[in-house]
Order: sequence, then C-alpha cells, then structure tokens
Amino acid sequence: MSWTVVLVLSLGAFLLKVFGFVVIGDRKFPPQIEAVIALIPAALLCALIMKDTFTAGHDLQIDARAVGLVVAVVGVWRKVPIWLVIVLACAATGITRAIS
Amino acid sequence: MDAQHEHAHEGVNYDGIVGPALALGFAVFIFAISFGVLCVNAGGSVPKAMAMSLLVFTGASQFSAVSVIAAGGTAVSAVVGALLLGSRNAIYGVAVAPWLPGSLKYRVAAAQFTIDETTGMTLAQNSPARKKRAFWVTAASIYGFWNVGTLIGALVGNSFDTQKYGLDVAFPAAFVAMVAPLLATRRAQLAGIGGAVVCLATTPFLPIGAPIVMSAIVALIALVPTQRKTQST
Repeated sequence: MSWTVVLVLSLGAFLLKVFGFVVIGDRKFPPQIEAVIALIPAALLCALIMKDTFTAGHDLQIDARAVGLVVAVVGVWRKVPIWLVIVLACAATGITRAIS
Repeated sequence: MDAQHEHAHEGVNYDGIVGPALALGFAVFIFAISFGVLCVNAGGSVPKAMAMSLLVFTGASQFSAVSVIAAGGTAVSAVVGALLLGSRNAIYGVAVAPWLPGSLKYRVAAAQFTIDETTGMTLAQNSPARKKRAFWVTAASIYGFWNVGTLIGALVGNSFDTQKYGLDVAFPAAFVAMVAPLLATRRAQLAGIGGAVVCLATTPFLPIGAPIVMSAIVALIALVPTQRKTQST
C-alpha cells in the first residue's frame, strides 16, 4: 500500500463528500442518479465478500475461509454483536486450517 | 419547518443522542481495530493506517482499498473501487446539508464527517436543533473511536500471523456486517446478488481488483422501472 494510494483516496473521498454537501448542498441530485448511487454499496460489498472468500488471485476456490463466512452470515443474521461475529468467523477459519 | 426550536436551546431536549452515538462508536471501534490489523498486514504501516482513518474516514471504502491491495490488486482498481463505495457520502451530504447551515469553512469541515452513522443519526432526529447536535456528537464519537481503534489495530497488527488465526476472514466478516442492513429492499438484494455474480464471473480474466469495480455496474438496475409495487415505502 503506497502513500500515493493513501493520499489519492483521501482526496477523492473528501471531494465526494464536499461535492454532495457543499456543491449540491440544498439542491437535489437527479432521482435516477441518486437511485443508482444508493445501490452501489450493496453490489460492491457483496462482490468484496465473494472476492475475499472464494478467490485466490484469478482462481476461484472453496477453502477454510468459506467456514468463516458461514459463521459470519449466521452471526449477523442472529444479531450477534459485531465484535463477536468477527472473532468467531476468524476463529472458525483458523481452527479449520489447523485441523485440515 | 420548526424554526423556533433552533433558538430555544434551553427548551430543547437532547436526550437520546449521546447514548446511541456512543453505541455506534463502539461498533465502529471493533471495525477500526480490524482495519488497523488488516491494513498493516497488507503492506501498510502505522502512519499509513492512521492517515487512512484520519483523512479518508469512510470505513467501507478503507476496507475495500486494503482488501484489493491485500489480494494483489492494482492501485487504480483499489482506489476506484473505494471511491465508488464512497460515492454514497455525496448523497448523504445532500441529505444533511439543510440541517447544517453555516460558512463555507464550516460546511467543508462538516462534509468530512458526513458518513453512514452521522447521516443516520441526524435524519432520525425530530427537530433542527437535535439534528445539528446529533450530527456533531455522532461525528465526535465515530471519529474518536475510529481513529483510536485503527491505532490499536495497527500497533498490534504485525504480531499476528493472519493466516494462522484466520484474520483474513475479518474482511468478508466485516463486509457481511456492513451489507446486512442495506439488503432491506428487493432492489438492493438483486444488486447484491448481481454484484456477487459479476465478481466471481470476471475474476478469472480481469486484473485483480477490477471485478470489484465492475460489480458497481449492477447498480444500474436502479434505472429499470418497477412493474408492480408490492409494498409502499
């Protein structure tokens, strides 16, 4: 992770915030734009979940991470506190790796 | 709408702001520690992790960038994916701006704190004075917990063998926790499934990290008109 990434991301994230808050401000985004932007997090976060669980480089694979994901999904679904969800998911994957 | 409230500070009831703001702060604290650990393990350093949390200050984007870098993705896809994820803060800015009037300097400063938690807390209040108070109290709580948590995680991060303890799964676990509240509507569920499918389908042939950027295309389903509404609101 380079300083360039850190600083470009910092500037970009700040400009997006300023664009909405200060530039658009009391006016409104066109409703279609707003609807599209509102759906981006669901699409991107689910994509990230897939990447971090089922891919290694360009390969698709199922390994010990899948066990952790199942634990995380059940934990969030059962409204387990977030810190415990993360701890249990990591532990499940760690234990699976240790015994396999 | 209720402009008198703004001037009647003594008469305004500020109950129910500090407690929820601290509860949100604690939840964010856990994410922040995870972020610090993952960031230093993805080739970051304590100063870089801190710069991310102090300056970028939008959790999902920070996680996304580090996740892409950790997987060997390019800097461009890490940044573009993270910024797509951060684009919702622009919508939040439009939503909270009417409740935070002030000088240009004041609004530019407030913009930096316009994220999920501050927006949610602000819009949940029922008077202009409470909205303004909720924004800043939540901003202080989240900014404090987020940065202290990042520092703790970054300082202890290198002492873990992330593979051995399964800490790499902190990424998808955190993303599951972040996405769950968003999947309340049929559209959002479709976007989530679509994003997952696009990512897996393009992983074999796109540069690492690019499938994350590509998945944002699925959000265009927002433009498809609804044929029948089963539920209002």
